[in-house]
Amino acid sequence: MAAPAAADAKNRLAAQEPLWLRLLLTALAIGFLILIVALPLAAVFGEAFRQGVGAYFASFDDVDVLSAIELTLLVAAIAVPVNTIFGVIGSWAIAKFEFVGKSLLVTLIDLPFSVSPVVAGLVYVLVFGVHGWFGPWLVANDIQIIFAVPGLVLATMFVTFPFVARELIPLMEEQGNEEEEAAISLGASGWQTFWRVTLPNIKWGLLYGVLLCNARAMGEFGAVSVVSGHIRGETNTMPLYVEILYNEYNFVAAFAVASLLAMLALVTLVLKKIIEWRFGGSSAIG
Amino acid sequence: MDIEINNITKRFGGFVALNDVSLTVHPGELVALLGPSGSGKTTLLRIIAGLEQATSGTVLFGGENALARSIRQRRVGFVFQHYALFRHMTVLENVAFGLRVKPRDQRPKDGEIRERVMRLLTLVQLDHFAKRYPAQLSGGQRQRVALARALAIEPAVLLLDEPFGALDAKVRKELRRWLRSLHDEMQLTSLFVTHDQEEALELADRVVLMNNSVIEQVGSPQDVYDHPASSFAYQFLGNVNRFDCRIEDGKAHVCGGDIAVPPPLVNGGGPAIAYVRPHDLEIFTGPVMVGEPAVVRYLSAAGPVAKIELSLDHGGSLVEAEVGRAELHALDLKIGQPVFLRARKARVFANAVH
Repeated sequence: MAAPAAADAKNRLAAQEPLWLRLLLTALAIGFLILIVALPLAAVFGEAFRQGVGAYFASFDDVDVLSAIELTLLVAAIAVPVNTIFGVIGSWAIAKFEFVGKSLLVTLIDLPFSVSPVVAGLVYVLVFGVHGWFGPWLVANDIQIIFAVPGLVLATMFVTFPFVARELIPLMEEQGNEEEEAAISLGASGWQTFWRVTLPNIKWGLLYGVLLCNARAMGEFGAVSVVSGHIRGETNTMPLYVEILYNEYNFVAAFAVASLLAMLALVTLVLKKIIEWRFGGSSAIG
Repeated sequence: MDIEINNITKRFGGFVALNDVSLTVHPGELVALLGPSGSGKTTLLRIIAGLEQATSGTVLFGGENALARSIRQRRVGFVFQHYALFRHMTVLENVAFGLRVKPRDQRPKDGEIRERVMRLLTLVQLDHFAKRYPAQLSGGQRQRVALARALAIEPAVLLLDEPFGALDAKVRKELRRWLRSLHDEMQLTSLFVTHDQEEALELADRVVLMNNSVIEQVGSPQDVYDHPASSFAYQFLGNVNRFDCRIEDGKAHVCGGDIAVPPPLVNGGGPAIAYVRPHDLEIFTGPVMVGEPAVVRYLSAAGPVAKIELSLDHGGSLVEAEVGRAELHALDLKIGQPVFLRARKARVFANAVH
């Protein structure tokens, strides 16, 4: 009897640090988060409301601010669905099939994560700019990509491409091919198999990826900054316009627009939590 | 419906998974594809189902070329090793799937689908579980849902890939018996893949023994067990002891017994290999000195037959013998006891690479 009891005590000691150490580590972690994350976030709202609620809302009474918001929504509305569709197609191909160049494709999908966004923007200037590869042809045909909406969309798509695919590839690989094969052997067409079997199985992971993709698409600064040209009321997205307002010492307006982006982040976070909760729930029964 | 498989070859890159395989399955027959992993049995099953394309060869369903038909038109019920149930659907929806994806003009009405599904669920004794999700069922229950789902499309042929591979021994035995009676009732032409020789021998009307991408032997369970056609077949079907021996004067001297040799080998003479089933070895303790001297090394008397491991005095690996309980009692063996061992029956093969 004595031996197991002793082993028990030893186990408890091995698994549990002393109380003071646990408290110290927890306090350090919380303090760090407050300093680095919570305080700056609070500061955004603090600065935005510094001159009262009236001044805060007055900041949005500006055509250029409104056009920046509109443009951000427009860019996200194009980039996110396109990335979602190609993300699903890419993950499907990678997770379910063997083909030559598969590892190259995986590397390419990851590329935007490792390349600096500024470089991404510059690449598009190099390709589509006036002095770029297709520049003369584009000018001759009166098509503007750089310093215009198409350039913003392209740069945003580049930066946000990995989010959906990265979320789906491990999920689809884990689920394997068997359910699809079962559907086909039961007489389902490829289209029916996708809608009835594949998509329901990945829907929470997909939603999660889309959410992250959207948050980044709306918040992207670097790549968009290079291709934008900062034309007021035309090619400024919200993050870009925040910088302009700030540089003009218009702090209230700068922080008011910034507060919208911060709220987007908070909403994303809440939705993410909800999805994680659902995700966990559905994987428990499915 | 009968299935005719003619000269099927399948290559994956440089690897040959099936090499010129031909087989006929008669209507209403239950056939086992038996072999070790990598023998090509699952590939053959998947080609018949249409889940895999053959490199060359033909598959005929009832005399018609099945490879020209889409999977949808083949009417093949396929049961996967790991069930492959749709995890986000209830049991009822899983079984209904094959009916719901039919083209609109062939699709039964909702009420009729429900009725048919419930009838199938009653057949597999799962009618109380219609509203459950696959994750809420045991392995054996999931396998029965998979079977009901495959039967829902009223298949002409039923294919099962290692149907009991992922189940524990007791459930496996129950399901095996249940599948046999279900098959006898429905008379559906069925093929199942297994690496478990006991399963194949117990369940199937005919056993197709596969090895190294080819069919080694086809026959009734009794036939392949009693008359293995090759050295591989002998080793794969049941436990067996292997002895090196020599053929002289039309007989092989195998472990103290003189065994008559099949005609093609008689003229050959020289070294050969003999296989002896554990229950074809006799053990003698008395003063009579017949057979080869050996020593008892290990005794296991749990179960209806006792397993005895012995080492021969002249060397070689351990030999396994099986005797009934009564005989064991009469012999009164002890570990370390010197005895004599004699082969009652043996099968001699030319000295092949196997």
